[in-house]
Amino acid sequence: MKRKEYILNGIKLIFLSIVFVLYIFPFFIVLINSFKERKDILLNPMMMPNKLNLSNYIDAYTKMDYLHAFANSLIITVFSVLLITLLSSMTAYIFVRRKWKFNQFMFFFMVASMIIPFQGIMIPLVKIYGSVGMMDNKWSLIYMYIGFGASLAVFMYHGFIKSIPVELEEAATIDGCSQLQTFFKIVFPLLKPTTVTIAILDILWIWNDFLLPYLVLISPDQRTLPLSVFYFYGTYTIEYGPAMAALMIATIPVIIVYLIMQKQIIKGVLQGSIK
Amino acid sequence: MDMEKSFLSKLKTYFIFAGPVTIAFFTVVILPFIYGIYLTFTDWNGISATHSFIGFQNYLQVFKDKVFWTSFLLTLKYVFFSVILINAIAFFLAYLLTSGIKGQNFFRAGFFTPNLIGGILLGFIWQFVFSNILAYIGQHFNLPIFSASWLTDPNKAFWALVIVTVWQYSGYMMVIYISGFMNIPRDLLEAASIDGANSYHRLKNIILPLMVPSFTISVFLTLQRGFMVYDINLSLTNGGPYKSTELISMHVYNTAFLSQQYGIGQAEAFFLFAVVAIVTLLQVYFSKKMEVES
Repeated sequence: MKRKEYILNGIKLIFLSIVFVLYIFPFFIVLINSFKERKDILLNPMMMPNKLNLSNYIDAYTKMDYLHAFANSLIITVFSVLLITLLSSMTAYIFVRRKWKFNQFMFFFMVASMIIPFQGIMIPLVKIYGSVGMMDNKWSLIYMYIGFGASLAVFMYHGFIKSIPVELEEAATIDGCSQLQTFFKIVFPLLKPTTVTIAILDILWIWNDFLLPYLVLISPDQRTLPLSVFYFYGTYTIEYGPAMAALMIATIPVIIVYLIMQKQIIKGVLQGSIK
Repeated sequence: MDMEKSFLSKLKTYFIFAGPVTIAFFTVVILPFIYGIYLTFTDWNGISATHSFIGFQNYLQVFKDKVFWTSFLLTLKYVFFSVILINAIAFFLAYLLTSGIKGQNFFRAGFFTPNLIGGILLGFIWQFVFSNILAYIGQHFNLPIFSASWLTDPNKAFWALVIVTVWQYSGYMMVIYISGFMNIPRDLLEAASIDGANSYHRLKNIILPLMVPSFTISVFLTLQRGFMVYDINLSLTNGGPYKSTELISMHVYNTAFLSQQYGIGQAEAFFLFAVVAIVTLLQVYFSKKMEVES
């Protein structure tokens, strides 16, 4: 019995290792080719680079306006996520703690709206925000992310706040806390696990989102990282070396963050998926 | 806890806490949605200042459009294969990775990696793999299946799209199935073993029925994402060769923003919305019915 189990585990391990290699292989291929010259890539894309040639990276970095695109992505992601979590938790709180008819209706309305796909609204969205001059601006984009992200966040906070006993807040009120003080001093800190989950899900979504920024941001200096890779790739398709380097410098920051926060990210995705 | 007696103080509390979200939600989601309904009845081309009301003509035109139906059927085929493959692979990986194998955290992290990187980049990465790496391998090792790039062959380009989608999402769904496996009570499985149930019986009679909630979520997510996919489609094949891989989301985008037929594009978008809503609601309804308590 022991022996059989031992062999079975060995088979599982070998199988998983093969699948693992298949999953990582595309990244590895891009990495090795990002150091090579065009003719070496065409001659043999499987060959290891013979020296650590960084010229492709310098090329991609400057032509993509990398630092600018990175900063745009960072600003958009950070502000969107901060505002979504802050404003949605406040909204969910008032929905749970004040059982007004209107609040219940609004909550139901927001949850029901989650079924509307982005493609169903993108055309009128462009027309409306184009006509009031709110396009091509990262702050408009952040505002839109709040609108699109609020429903799910309110829904998740709503479920969590329901499980918090109300007595703590009553005690704070008796001690003279205003409503806002009660929320920020007592409730918001208690929401931390949900906040982390929502933040992780929203960071993954907003950092990688393509279609919405593609529609809203027009001028090159507003571009996010995915947009900048897209335009760079479109212009330099034939220059394989710099194109591979562009893919790498857009991927590496995410991989670094993932290596550091792996546990939280997997846990966040897990908890987010149960809701 | 109700401290607000008058309507005005209620209104004040509401706006302090829920005002910004309410405004953003209405102006970003609801207003465009309603305006979108109106747009489907107009002939607006995106540029002209005026447009006229044309009734149901856009819808009629969509239903008569062969290209639209080709694209829609292709999307159905794409959704069908990717949903089945993603979930089968994700379930199997989760099954292996909850059996107490060495290095399971390492494997879990590895399989999840593609989900960290946006679809645009994933599409470009695989574009290189299909047109350079696999073609190279095909030519040098005499494998006819790879000798020409898959992305230039209409039929193979479709499967390339499915492969990349499966590669991207199976790790995410694996995480959902792992949580399902971990929620199965250990003592239930042990009791079954003592009663003489082999691993096939345990899978069929205990594990699968208790995993239905995970299937519900995972199939729902893969269905939705499958119908909506745009970025991988754009960067991997750009709808080519000869529009043979133009999925519905890309078709809607092209109709509206490239052909400048906003009314028709919006009518197509609503048709898509209705299909997705019906399919996902039916799926959730029937899967909920299958759920059991442990």
